Amino acid sequence: MTEATRFTPTRRQALLLMGAAGVTTLVPSLSGLGAARAQETPSGQIVVGFSQEPTVFNPHLLHIEVDEGVHYAVFDPLFDVDPEGNFYPLLATEVPTVENGGISADGLSWKVTLRDDVTWHDGTPFTAEDVKFTLELMVDPDFRSWRRTGHEHVQELTVVSPTEITWKMAKPFAPYASILASTFIVPKHAFDGVADKNEAPFNSAPIGTGAFKWKERVAGDHIELEANTEYFGDGPYLERLVLKYIPDLTVLYTQFKTGDIDVAGLQWITPDNYEEAQTLEGKEVQVVGTATFESLTFNMERPQFQDLKVRQALYHALDKQAIIDALYYGVPQPTETYMPKESFYYNADLPKHEYDPEKAKALLDEAGWAPGADGIREKDGVRLAFTNSTTSGNHLREQAQQFFQQSFKDIGVEMTISNLPPAVMWGDYWMLSQFDSVVVGLNTLTGPDPDTSDYFMSTSSAAKGGAGQNTWVYQNPEVDALLKQGGELVSPEERRPIYLKIQEIMRADLPFLPIFQYATIRGWKEGVTGYEANINNRIDTWNVRSWRWA
Amino acid sequence: MIRYLLLRFWQSIVLLFIVSLIGFMVLNLAPGGPLSQYTLTPGMTKEALDRIAEQMGLNRPLPIQYLDWLWNMVQGDWGNSYRDGRPVLEVINRHLFATLLLMGSSTLISVVIGTWIGIRSALRAGTVFDYATTVAAMVALSIPTFWFGLIAIYTFSLWLGWLPAGNMYTVGNGSLGDYAIHLIMPSMVLALVNVAVWSRYMRSATLDVMSQDFVRTAKAKGLAPRRVLMKHIVGNALVPMITLAGLQLPTLLGGALVTETVFTWPGMGRLFLDGLGYNDYPVVMGLLMFSAILVLVGNLAADLLVALVDPRIRLD
Repeated sequence: MTEATRFTPTRRQALLLMGAAGVTTLVPSLSGLGAARAQETPSGQIVVGFSQEPTVFNPHLLHIEVDEGVHYAVFDPLFDVDPEGNFYPLLATEVPTVENGGISADGLSWKVTLRDDVTWHDGTPFTAEDVKFTLELMVDPDFRSWRRTGHEHVQELTVVSPTEITWKMAKPFAPYASILASTFIVPKHAFDGVADKNEAPFNSAPIGTGAFKWKERVAGDHIELEANTEYFGDGPYLERLVLKYIPDLTVLYTQFKTGDIDVAGLQWITPDNYEEAQTLEGKEVQVVGTATFESLTFNMERPQFQDLKVRQALYHALDKQAIIDALYYGVPQPTETYMPKESFYYNADLPKHEYDPEKAKALLDEAGWAPGADGIREKDGVRLAFTNSTTSGNHLREQAQQFFQQSFKDIGVEMTISNLPPAVMWGDYWMLSQFDSVVVGLNTLTGPDPDTSDYFMSTSSAAKGGAGQNTWVYQNPEVDALLKQGGELVSPEERRPIYLKIQEIMRADLPFLPIFQYATIRGWKEGVTGYEANINNRIDTWNVRSWRWA
Repeated sequence: MIRYLLLRFWQSIVLLFIVSLIGFMVLNLAPGGPLSQYTLTPGMTKEALDRIAEQMGLNRPLPIQYLDWLWNMVQGDWGNSYRDGRPVLEVINRHLFATLLLMGSSTLISVVIGTWIGIRSALRAGTVFDYATTVAAMVALSIPTFWFGLIAIYTFSLWLGWLPAGNMYTVGNGSLGDYAIHLIMPSMVLALVNVAVWSRYMRSATLDVMSQDFVRTAKAKGLAPRRVLMKHIVGNALVPMITLAGLQLPTLLGGALVTETVFTWPGMGRLFLDGLGYNDYPVVMGLLMFSAILVLVGNLAADLLVALVDPRIRLD
């Protein structure tokens, strides 16, 4: 524990804190005491409600986003990303860059210096061997690693000293910094003598370096974590963190209202409750953007969608704002791109979408798509008719689909709704591009990194034997070249124009019609301080080390 | 008797086998699979999903997967959950207590109240009490539990603030009183429907017995009405209830899907829903076998008990 990095209030600040605790009647008495004790001892507890249950505690096994709620509390990466997209060091003493010599100018040689004052929760010192073990675990052929992207390029991993590790990249790969920022370091000694790393005892009782230690899991109910008083960084300020599983979003919101949970976490407050939530006594509510964008996605292999004018016409026929207002209570923002507005790489100068059914009809007429006997347009024997699919049971999307259906019908285009249960929808049907069109929310980025090679590169279509998720089967040599170029440059300033250009091309080509950038409604009890949304990761607890009661 | 038990045992084994085969087929023949839920994870690739499917043995032919599962099952290994990697029996065991607590208390409430209402309305058939309880039972049976649970939460938690809005206990407390106060609302909501069921059964069973000759004889020989009621009527009317109780055993341990969700109760019903939702096949198969066994055991126990209390029935 380094005192220098801790918040040590002056007498005046301490008095102010006590005053704040005094006027906020909703704060449990325990926390008032905590503030008065000037943060020397972590105190109080916060209960975070999640609508999914965290069950995978080894951060490198295949998992869902809610599991990261535990990972961020129990583990640390070498460095992490703040809401503005800046890296800040955790287990590393500084974030490796070209300027500080951590990364060579060609992006191939990496050197990371580690803190020497970190111990694992079981008291074992943390060293460079643990980092080496973690990076090797990700590509271990017997391990069910959820992600190998980037790690597979790492070669010549060398432990120079307990506090220094170096490696070479097989090729320049700019997104690697962002990948490392979400690669939690796990302890080598926890896997000593373990035959099957997929079933190590560690996986159900994790040992980390993070601000909170594993205490217990009550299956189907909650996970309890306790303060790591030996934490090397700022915090923790809470004695206990409880991650409570509440499977129904209506119930989650109700328990937020009654005060059973202090923070309404993952899946958050639903848009239909937003208006009421703002009026709740003693609760703070905030709308924050996420990196997921909603789109009407085309299978570019289908003859109906080959013609750019058709895609443009369909875009003009969509009343995006009406959908956002009528179905999503105006919470999300319309967008023209896959890049979130909050990103450094966001292109704000893309042409604005115009809702104009007359223009849509004119475009189709111009391209030679003439209405047939049944009123549906056709050209060269191809009827302008297609199916549209999404997850059945997603009521908002299902209503949006009916909206699209009507809008398209008005311009002489037939859209048939054909929805599928999630396990079917997102299996081969999606991956192998067996659909005509889909309504989908996608995050194509890796944390703050703008690289989307796995989604937009022409070699990434599984339908064409590729390994990625280019389910549009979108093929544009110019985009391929730009993605390759951007992935090899290290400096954000040099990369930026490339990604602005990619967005411009995607907006012009329209392999998907961008509808809106998702926003979530966060809610927490008055008095919870330090809670901050971070668009660069998927979960509320990314900075839980700094949470406390006012 | 021994022959009878052996026969029932072999019948059960065959039944369990058929249940497992059908269950496995239904789960696995549906397109998609346990990995498709990870598709929309940022940065997920087809390559990664294919590799993991291979590592988990999901791309082996289905008959091989089934035989593999069956062979392990016979040896007592129910497999491991895809979600948390724990053995299925351990996963079930961890959810059993919550369900037993909730279902146990709600069943106790419903049996006691339901039996009482049933007898009373049978004895006073055609009175206001009888009609009122009949109507009430129909209403209770028709209300969706989900809706009723939410209404109860709005009334007693949000509006009146008397009871917690759900959960089995307060994290960090967990005293007996804490459990009790959390138990009130969910067990009452569940009991409401069950009281209706039990009272209807008990009413008709009592009416049935009341019209029997031996009741008339008992009355005719001048037995005290109370003795006639308790010894001759209620005693005999309870016999069919044993069979009903036997049928309730799977429900008792299988949990309540809806109630457990509304009240965030970490029991078996929720485990089943989550297992289905996350395509956790080993857990779903485990729960299927578990409830199949309960159905068989519950029926057998009921048959044996009925034979024990009713001298007219012989098992052979």
